[in-house]
Amino acid sequence: MKSAVLVFPGINRERDMARSLKLVSGVEPAMVWHAETELPVGTDLVVVPGGFSYGDYLRCGAIAARAPIMDAVRAFAAKGGLVLGVCNGFQILCEAGLLPGVLMRNTRLKFICHDAFLRVERSDTPFTRGYNAGQVIRVPVAHGEGNYIADHETIARIEGEGRVLFRYCAPDGAVGDSSNINGSINAIAGIVSERGNVAGMMPHPENHVEGIIGSTDGRGLFAGLVAQFDKAA
Amino acid sequence: MTVASPSSLRNEPTITPELVAEHGLKPDEYQRILDLIGREPTLTELGIFSAMWNEHCSYKSSKVHLRGLPTKAPWVIQGPGENAGVIDIGDGLAVVFKMESHNHPSFIEPYQGAATGVGGILRDVFTMGARPIAALNALSFGDSKHPKTRHLVSGVVAGIGGYGNSFGVPTVGGQVRFHTRYDGNILVNAMAVGLARTDGIFYAAASGVGMPIVYLGSKTGRDGIHGASMASAEFDDDSEEKRPTVQVGDPFAEKLLLEACLEIMQKGCVIAIQDMGAAGLTCSAVEMGAKGDLGITLDLEKVPTREAGMSGYEMMLSESQERMLMVLKPEKEKEAEDIFRKWGLDFAIVGETTPTKRFLIRHHGEVLADLPIKELGDEAPVYNRPFVETPKKPVIDAKDVKAPLSNADALLKLIGSPDLCSKRWVWEQYDHIIGGNTVQRPGGDAAVVRIEDGPKGLAMTCDVTPRYCEADPFEGGKQAVAEAYRNLSAVGATPLAITDNLNFGNPERPEIMGQFVGCVRGISAACEALEFPVVSGNVSLYNETNGRAILPTPTIGGVGVIDDFTKSASLSFKTEGDVILLVGETAGWLGQSVYLREICGREEGAPPPVDLAVEKHHGEFIRKLIGESRLTAVHDVSDGGLAVTLAEMAMASGLGATLDKPDRVPPHAYWFGEDQGRYVVTVRPDAAAAALEAARVAGVAANRIGVVGGTSLRLGGENDVPVADLSGRFESWLPDYMAGRIDA
Repeated sequence: MKSAVLVFPGINRERDMARSLKLVSGVEPAMVWHAETELPVGTDLVVVPGGFSYGDYLRCGAIAARAPIMDAVRAFAAKGGLVLGVCNGFQILCEAGLLPGVLMRNTRLKFICHDAFLRVERSDTPFTRGYNAGQVIRVPVAHGEGNYIADHETIARIEGEGRVLFRYCAPDGAVGDSSNINGSINAIAGIVSERGNVAGMMPHPENHVEGIIGSTDGRGLFAGLVAQFDKAA
Repeated sequence: MTVASPSSLRNEPTITPELVAEHGLKPDEYQRILDLIGREPTLTELGIFSAMWNEHCSYKSSKVHLRGLPTKAPWVIQGPGENAGVIDIGDGLAVVFKMESHNHPSFIEPYQGAATGVGGILRDVFTMGARPIAALNALSFGDSKHPKTRHLVSGVVAGIGGYGNSFGVPTVGGQVRFHTRYDGNILVNAMAVGLARTDGIFYAAASGVGMPIVYLGSKTGRDGIHGASMASAEFDDDSEEKRPTVQVGDPFAEKLLLEACLEIMQKGCVIAIQDMGAAGLTCSAVEMGAKGDLGITLDLEKVPTREAGMSGYEMMLSESQERMLMVLKPEKEKEAEDIFRKWGLDFAIVGETTPTKRFLIRHHGEVLADLPIKELGDEAPVYNRPFVETPKKPVIDAKDVKAPLSNADALLKLIGSPDLCSKRWVWEQYDHIIGGNTVQRPGGDAAVVRIEDGPKGLAMTCDVTPRYCEADPFEGGKQAVAEAYRNLSAVGATPLAITDNLNFGNPERPEIMGQFVGCVRGISAACEALEFPVVSGNVSLYNETNGRAILPTPTIGGVGVIDDFTKSASLSFKTEGDVILLVGETAGWLGQSVYLREICGREEGAPPPVDLAVEKHHGEFIRKLIGESRLTAVHDVSDGGLAVTLAEMAMASGLGATLDKPDRVPPHAYWFGEDQGRYVVTVRPDAAAAALEAARVAGVAANRIGVVGGTSLRLGGENDVPVADLSGRFESWLPDYMAGRIDA
């Protein structure tokens, strides 16, 4: 699997992401600077990592969504290419119009960094095939603006089409207010696009790929993507 | 020597005694300036002197005492005097670290004050060529009942998180305390730790004549003018009017500066580099020149500014953040500029090195200052201020302390008290996992971060017990270092070096100076005995409001290395049936204990003495056993004593324990005494005898005191305390307090 990790000024989890991609796929990803206008030839997966692109000034992800490389990402996605956005990457994909909705300030108004439990809603997407539907995974979050929101109609559509990939939950998988750490509508932690090839999520699977550093629960996401391409190849 | 006539400048106010005083210079210090330069200074020159000669930059009250600190060891690459200390950890890698205070700004404007404190210390580390891999902080707030405390906690924590999270460094540990003596003067001590290659360390000393001096980073604005002078004065009720002297941080700019600096360093463009911290352009330029025995000429019209019409005086004293000064290899100018432009940062050649040893400042051709560069630093006043030693306090006999509560109730009360309760509310606002290397998250004895891909790990901690320092500065200074040593040992790391952040009151008062001198001597003694040298540090004096000083608070930031991070020990009980051993002697020392203060309402007595030889011996023993994977849990015994230590081990796992009843020491003194040099460890049941035998052979006092199991903590002879009740108390105080659900 050849992946390309986008680097905007102010992004700060690109090294974590690159290391995890390398660890699971065995292939070093290409780091692609925001001012580039093309993705490397043969890119299988584009990853928009976490951080504070452009300082999150103006609005999270708003400036990065208009960076030169994003036109290439839009074209890549339009052809069905796989795009994953994590944390700030999710915010950027929403601002770029590649995913619906927006990430607002956490309801408790504070940055939160801790492990969160996520219920995997479906296992038949390239991003979640490494998990079982209904499986509960423990993955850390680190964000101040992860409160997913969209208008009523959009939410109804996302839910109707089964496009929620992950929900914040209790350790036993139950979804409720007490485990909805940032106040997201329907406890949504990650979604996928209508066509199923663009995914965004707030939690950081790339920070849980080694047992000695937290847990390996994030590994399934990357392993699933690798399997997707191994099958294709 | 040709001296252009700065006095010919127009529009300069006459230098009056009032103006001199406003610059924080005493009449005799001003006389020293007159004697040094042989004429009246210009306003810009007066500003430069005030920036260089204030306490914060010149260490004029502390210098004579700091000279006594041990700073050398075979693994020390760079001791105090540079932007940060550097130690060799093998494999061609070096750890660069320092701690620095941002106390006064954080009291005036908590968010920005704390944020720029973090920014400043990160810059100190990456200026030397190191990528920051961890941040810590030690925070001292006023009494929880003080009307401002909640606001200050909220702002400081948000500021530290706001800066560190965006910059992208994991904030992995620290301390938070509350005491009425910090009511009007909180302490924000920020520590940064970075990783560099031993052959890629960069220093401040300029070399070569006619080399271009390059200004990098953000533009210069009117913020922070005289920040360092403010930090060198006492506070009064009007101190909040000093808000305009607080700088505003831009972590985004700092992140870009980090990446750009590391890139130009890697490309071999840099001769010397210095960050613009306190006293901005003045201090950084003087330091580069003075350390390299060179003069520096600056042309201020070339300095990138945020607004038009800034005077030279303002530019020289601005403390705008995220700026660097660098001496560049001339042939690499274009390459360096391209890198900075790529990152969208300002890059301007603002001057050059000269052979004259003069600090020459021009603005549109007019000379604003022309001063001897070496003397600006070297001739700063040095004071050997009078001091009186702190009188010794009586040793409190445990038999004279009545236990007002049952020991089970006292434990519940202590575990939910402001100083001992969980600080989760704080550290969950810090991104402590970014980097993917955090092996031990906040809440343990020391944070552990994997170094690159391992197997080495780095352990870090911040420690000091101010009430001990107040009662006996010498013992308190020793204890701060010993506790850092113990916390590093408790995770299995070999302690290598410390950074010290010495926070005290007004040094012009002999009793405060006595605290300072006592603590420094204590730190010295401990560093010497534990082979744990000081490699960097910072002194913050005048921490007083309306004449009331803070508790003496010499914060120690300790760093150690673990050869195999997967072997690092943690404090949680692991398995039912594990045997609990207590390493170290328990006499039941209640003087200055948290128990005495929180349960008996007495802040009295002599603090527990520290036997440094025993500390070293016990630390080595613990590290050896951890290295041999013979211990299942390790926790040092500190604030709150044995019962609090056991409670923390229980809460971290949910497992309870059954402890034997003490036979010699009065129970309250046994459970809550703060005797030093102790660790609680657990071992598998079949390994207990061998561990005790190993202790006997090593000459280390160790006793079996109980066994892990159940869901309650059963202190022998006391009522059972369910671990869930402990956790409830432990976790709720701070969130409840911050939400206004409790007064204190």
